[in-house]
Amino acid sequence: MNFPEELKYTKDHEWVKIEGDVAVIGVTAFAQSELGDIVFVEVETVGEEVEQEEVFGTIEAVKTVSDLFCPLSGEVLEFNEGLEDAPETVNDDPYGEGWIIKLKPSEIAQVDGLLSAEEYQSLIAE
Amino acid sequence: MDLKQVALNDKHIALGAKMVPFAGYNMPVRYSSDIEEHNTVRNGVGVFDVSHMGEFELKGEKVLDLLQKVTSNDVSKLVDGQVQYSCLPNETGGIIDDLLVYRIKENHYFLVVNASNIQKDWDWIQKYNTEGVEMNNLSDDYALFAVQGPKAVATLQKLSTQDLSAIKYYTFDYVDLGTVKNVMLAGTGYTGSGGFEILVKNEEAEQLWNLIFEAGEEFEIKPIGLGARDTLRLEKGYCLYGNDINDTTSPIEAGLSWITKFSKDFVNAENLKAQKEEGVSKKLVAFKMIDKGIPRQGYNLLNEEGEEIGQVTSGTMSPSLGYGIGLAYVQTDFTKVGIEIFVQVRKRVLKAEVVKLPFV
Repeated sequence: MNFPEELKYTKDHEWVKIEGDVAVIGVTAFAQSELGDIVFVEVETVGEEVEQEEVFGTIEAVKTVSDLFCPLSGEVLEFNEGLEDAPETVNDDPYGEGWIIKLKPSEIAQVDGLLSAEEYQSLIAE
Repeated sequence: MDLKQVALNDKHIALGAKMVPFAGYNMPVRYSSDIEEHNTVRNGVGVFDVSHMGEFELKGEKVLDLLQKVTSNDVSKLVDGQVQYSCLPNETGGIIDDLLVYRIKENHYFLVVNASNIQKDWDWIQKYNTEGVEMNNLSDDYALFAVQGPKAVATLQKLSTQDLSAIKYYTFDYVDLGTVKNVMLAGTGYTGSGGFEILVKNEEAEQLWNLIFEAGEEFEIKPIGLGARDTLRLEKGYCLYGNDINDTTSPIEAGLSWITKFSKDFVNAENLKAQKEEGVSKKLVAFKMIDKGIPRQGYNLLNEEGEEIGQVTSGTMSPSLGYGIGLAYVQTDFTKVGIEIFVQVRKRVLKAEVVKLPFV
């Protein structure tokens, strides 16, 4: 399983990629593998301010529903609309085409509190 | 509590299964992908290890009387080698378990029950066993494989000189499959895609599993987890104990009148008969989503005015249909096919429609 070094991670199995003043957010390869086939991703917080660890959306596999927790506080700028017709992209390419939201962080210092690839891997190895 | 293991536990792990606790057992929920496994069974052939299921053997002169008393279906209709779907009604209008009853021969029957209810069923039947019927709990001695799908007959036929197509739906026979002799092969399953269920002693389970996979190689046979088992059964509208039926739902409410025969006496028959004659206030219905969304167990159902009219008992995205489907108990006014109902999915209210079973 692949955990890119340049990303930050959360204990809730999300990844964060900082691109300028925007954070791209998705779920990890581990998360999609545990969930199984993703059949629905719902984000209804576009345009809203979401607090760190607040629910910003829902991801549904065939058998389960999971909340998506926001890794950083900020405004949700965009939902990956490609997931509406092809939610399985989260399985196929979790760190690329399967990204879920773009967010404008309001407290960029929160990034320092996120996990490194190594820290995340040791977390899921437990 | 320690999880029990099926005989082939290590095999499933070696095959890459994700194992989860289910009914006290460590069970394979998925080997590759739920959707892929679902489609394998619908289009080809797949094998489920359902060895967690319970098996009881009942023998003796009074066994028919006992089974007639505790089960809802009419056991006297069975001939040797025939299987019957039935349930164990409780005394207060609910269901102890649903089960299969196999008639081996006169005064000799076999029951297959849900893993989560093995002890409860055993105690329940024993409570009514006042005439000395011999009961043996074989649950820990046997493995049960379900070989399901349109290529199931062709797969197993390669292992047998007997004509397996002669073993019709809900009948069984004892057959030799390759080097594994005298297994009970039944034309049953929980997928609606045809196939067999095979009862084999734990000691021979791995040998038989390997034989089946060698035979099925040309049909691209695959192991199938409990995840796909659930989507397959739900597309056919088969009840799952614990979801769609339980200790408080009656067979009449659950649409199981067809296995509830008032031509004989059984536990709580009088009350159930009254329910059938006078009608019930809620019924199990099938529905499909019109709006995009997936119904899940426990979600509320609403009418157009937003008033609660029932609850979802099983729901999923149907891999065959590509939309959300479910079973739910609703007030009797909302059970007509074609009627529009609404599902509360988190903060949203989504449109759905009552439909006829099966979905697929």
